[in-house]
Amino acid sequence: MSPKALDYEQLNENVKKSQYAVRGELYLRASELQKEGKKIIFTNVGNPHALGQKPLTFPRQVVALCQAPFLLDDPNVGLVFPADAIARAKHYLSLTSGGLGAYSDSRGIPGVRKEIAEFIERRDGYPSDPELIYLTDGASKGVMQILNTIIRGNKDGILVPVPQYPLYSAAISLYGGSLVPYYLEESANWGLDVNNLRDAVRQARSNGITIRAMVIINPGNPTGQCLSEANLKEIIRFCDQQNLVLMADEVYQQNIYQDERPFISARKVLLDMGHPISNALQLVSFHTVSKGYWGECGQRGGYFEMVNIPPQSVEEIYKVASISLSPNVPGQIFLGLMVNPPKPGDISYFKFVQESKGILESLKRRARIMTDGFNSCRNVVCNFTEGAMYSFPQIRLPPKAIEAANRAGKHPDVFYCLKLLEATGISTVPGSGFGQKEGVFHLRTTILPAEEDMAGIMASFKKFNDEFMEQYDDHRGYSRL
Amino acid sequence: MRRFAADRAKYLLRRAVSSSSSSYPSLSPHSSSFPYSSASSTAFDPPSMGSFPGQSSPVTLQTINPKVLKCEYAVRGEIVTIAQRLQEQLAENPSSLPFDEILYCNIGNPQSLGQQPITFFREVLALTDHPIILDSSETQGLFSADAIERAYQILDQIPGRATGAYSHSQGVKGLRDTIAAGIEARDGFPADPNDIFLTDGASPGVHMMMQLLLRSEQDGILCPIPQYPLYSASIALHGGTLVPYYLDEATGWGLEVLELKNQLEAAKSRGVTVRALVVINPGNPTGQVLAEENQKQIVQFCKNEGLVLLADEVYQENVYVSDKQFHSFKKISRSMGYGEKDIALVSFQSVSKGYYGECGKRGGYMEVTGFSTDVKEQIYKVASVNLCSNISGQILASLVMSPPKVGDESYETYSAEKDGILSSLARRAKTLEDALNSLEGVTCNKAEGAMYLFPRIRLPEKAIKAAEAANKAPDGFYALRLLEETGIVVVPGSGFRQVPGTWHFRCTILPQEDKIPAIVERLKAFHKKFMDEYRD
Repeated sequence: MSPKALDYEQLNENVKKSQYAVRGELYLRASELQKEGKKIIFTNVGNPHALGQKPLTFPRQVVALCQAPFLLDDPNVGLVFPADAIARAKHYLSLTSGGLGAYSDSRGIPGVRKEIAEFIERRDGYPSDPELIYLTDGASKGVMQILNTIIRGNKDGILVPVPQYPLYSAAISLYGGSLVPYYLEESANWGLDVNNLRDAVRQARSNGITIRAMVIINPGNPTGQCLSEANLKEIIRFCDQQNLVLMADEVYQQNIYQDERPFISARKVLLDMGHPISNALQLVSFHTVSKGYWGECGQRGGYFEMVNIPPQSVEEIYKVASISLSPNVPGQIFLGLMVNPPKPGDISYFKFVQESKGILESLKRRARIMTDGFNSCRNVVCNFTEGAMYSFPQIRLPPKAIEAANRAGKHPDVFYCLKLLEATGISTVPGSGFGQKEGVFHLRTTILPAEEDMAGIMASFKKFNDEFMEQYDDHRGYSRL
Repeated sequence: MRRFAADRAKYLLRRAVSSSSSSYPSLSPHSSSFPYSSASSTAFDPPSMGSFPGQSSPVTLQTINPKVLKCEYAVRGEIVTIAQRLQEQLAENPSSLPFDEILYCNIGNPQSLGQQPITFFREVLALTDHPIILDSSETQGLFSADAIERAYQILDQIPGRATGAYSHSQGVKGLRDTIAAGIEARDGFPADPNDIFLTDGASPGVHMMMQLLLRSEQDGILCPIPQYPLYSASIALHGGTLVPYYLDEATGWGLEVLELKNQLEAAKSRGVTVRALVVINPGNPTGQVLAEENQKQIVQFCKNEGLVLLADEVYQENVYVSDKQFHSFKKISRSMGYGEKDIALVSFQSVSKGYYGECGKRGGYMEVTGFSTDVKEQIYKVASVNLCSNISGQILASLVMSPPKVGDESYETYSAEKDGILSSLARRAKTLEDALNSLEGVTCNKAEGAMYLFPRIRLPEKAIKAAEAANKAPDGFYALRLLEETGIVVVPGSGFRQVPGTWHFRCTILPQEDKIPAIVERLKAFHKKFMDEYRD
């Protein structure tokens, strides 16, 4: 019987090689245990609403009205929806070409892209061109599109921070390119040392790789660090010198938990640097409604903004976008609402601010509780979560634990995380899913469980960890940084 | 079609740049109203592959992924860009053109042309988008009771009722259960929710399968000609080879297994390994509904040759003739006694077409049967990189596969809306088909289903020469003149491929019924004028 086309052996190798740990082994095991009745706390993915965070009221009111425009004609609509939501729904419907059910422009509704451009201008102090802003079904689709445009073959390398969000490694693998890692410095709060960049590039080039782009994730995922302006300038100069496209994943720009390093966009820093670099460096920046204090992951709303990309390349990117016809329209409206929230004086303003602030301040508190909780364990070192939604503690594992892991055929952090899951129901993602230095182990958890559950979760973790260490520690010494 | 990219680039540049006097973007740096626009003067420097820092930019036309350059998608191609420009011109100066509105007949986008959504579906979606209003008594005054009930049911299937959370990467389990039940009710054969992958529209599912199947240019996919250009584009993007099989215009776009066999053999002899067969039923752009016997032959062919059958069934609810019926390929396969071990089959469905026409929602699914567990794991893995499809679209897919039933409060309204839309589509299909057949040198097969007409135009030699002189394919030349003189936007047949030397265009049947007489009149007048000008 001749091999069938979709036999495992006959599959595209690139598909087989790519991995995405966020929904990998640990998650699948957690789902199994959940089906068996075990209570699982899913901290494997930045999915706020799944852990009890409530959606902001105003955007849901607006989109509900857009879904059912016949409501707008009902005399009783004002009993259920505030006037500003009604007005806003009418506004967004007028921007569409037939309501939520019509394909929009393949780049997204022009009126929404204009609102995003205005937001960017307010944020950065420089005008932005709506023609260079493309909306996508989530930021991930945009990242994949840009990577697919850049990667020609396996000799094309993309600089990616390690640890990284595994969308990058998966996408690079799927498109047949090469991931060129640059290591972030854990001991310097996951800072970016340009020397590490240079080393990475030198080594890749000596292997015949042409570096095409550099990814930065700011604030970082899983590492949570916020890049300083000085760091961003170095990165921009480096990309310019090395002739790279800078891909700035800025989806966590609303999630900032300290004052020393507020969010500053790569675009702003670039433009502040003036000519000639501000007209030369190719930059693509990404944002989303999935994170921030919105957490609307399920809507799949995202965008990318292009700077200094030649018109013919933009054309090609447009062409590929048009094959998928258009991004989902409700998600586009969420984006519009995100960049254009209720203003002072609007009926819904007070409630909106209350809800948003409440979420952000709670995230900040939870970031602290988690970091401190991890650091209270003697074999755990955890950098503070300056931004984003994750905690990425380093777990120092004794040699006996590593041996046990090897015997079980598992990477040590996978071994640890599976045991943590089975003992406590806490579902994390092992650090190996994000990349880390050889012999150093981490896990990634989110800071998203409800605040009232946090103390209990950290206590549960500590109990497990201390018991684990009891079992495997023979004071021979730990795995070290 | 390289030229169209340059034309579009020029057009976009003209819009973005206020003062440039250069005729071609690359030759001079220019000022612009957006100081930080994309008009880089280094854009067309000779490509340096990064070894000359600072001299050329990494993302230029010379250095982007050649697969991106290769792929094309005519549905939103050059002619649409020109139409948009003309539309803007009309907005500024309403009497500047020989028509007063642009009529987009290029794309299957019903609600952009006035088709109304199904009320019940939108009620449920509004409630699941804003669940906190479900309990209030005022809400009961605004929504029908069964919509409220369905919203509760759906929310109970979503953990924490959190419609803003990422779901399982295949889609919410409860919604997949509903869809599986819908498939079973439709076909009379069971469907497994674990075989269902909910996607942002049907298109991402097609992309996923192409990615899985195409290892290199030596891998081929059999595609109908004419075809919906998602297939050619996605095959190009994923680095494979399109192996064409020609539908027979003379027999109502018939699909002959002999043709499949011949093309398969020809591909093999060229060193191409054919991996799958794409069948679009009802057809796009061709509109034929396959006969059951025909479908059985196709299934048998795929089984014999070990090909994956990729069944694009997004128009399954659009059938306009009483002597034909939609049968899913899954139903046909199972009724032949072929199960999971016998045939690998992927069926695609969408919320964009049918009578619901919810294109902007991006809802759809693929049902993947006959694959081993380890392959399904790979499909799951690729789906998981994007986490999940949009939840509202998932909910809509489940509603489409389980609409109101007899006895439900909303059933009568739902039924009237559905029948109204479908019967109107059937009427418009007939009216436009007759109109096209009345034109000199034009023959048009019946639209038995889907949303399009694909007339064949026989152009006089003079017209073909004029087209060549204008550097256009004859059908592109005709379509452009049609647009410029009537405002009607169609897609030239070359966008779908056709038997070489024949010319067609694709026109949707979607403009509202009250616009159809004007379209017919303008079309007839234009065609007569065109033929008068170019008749031999």
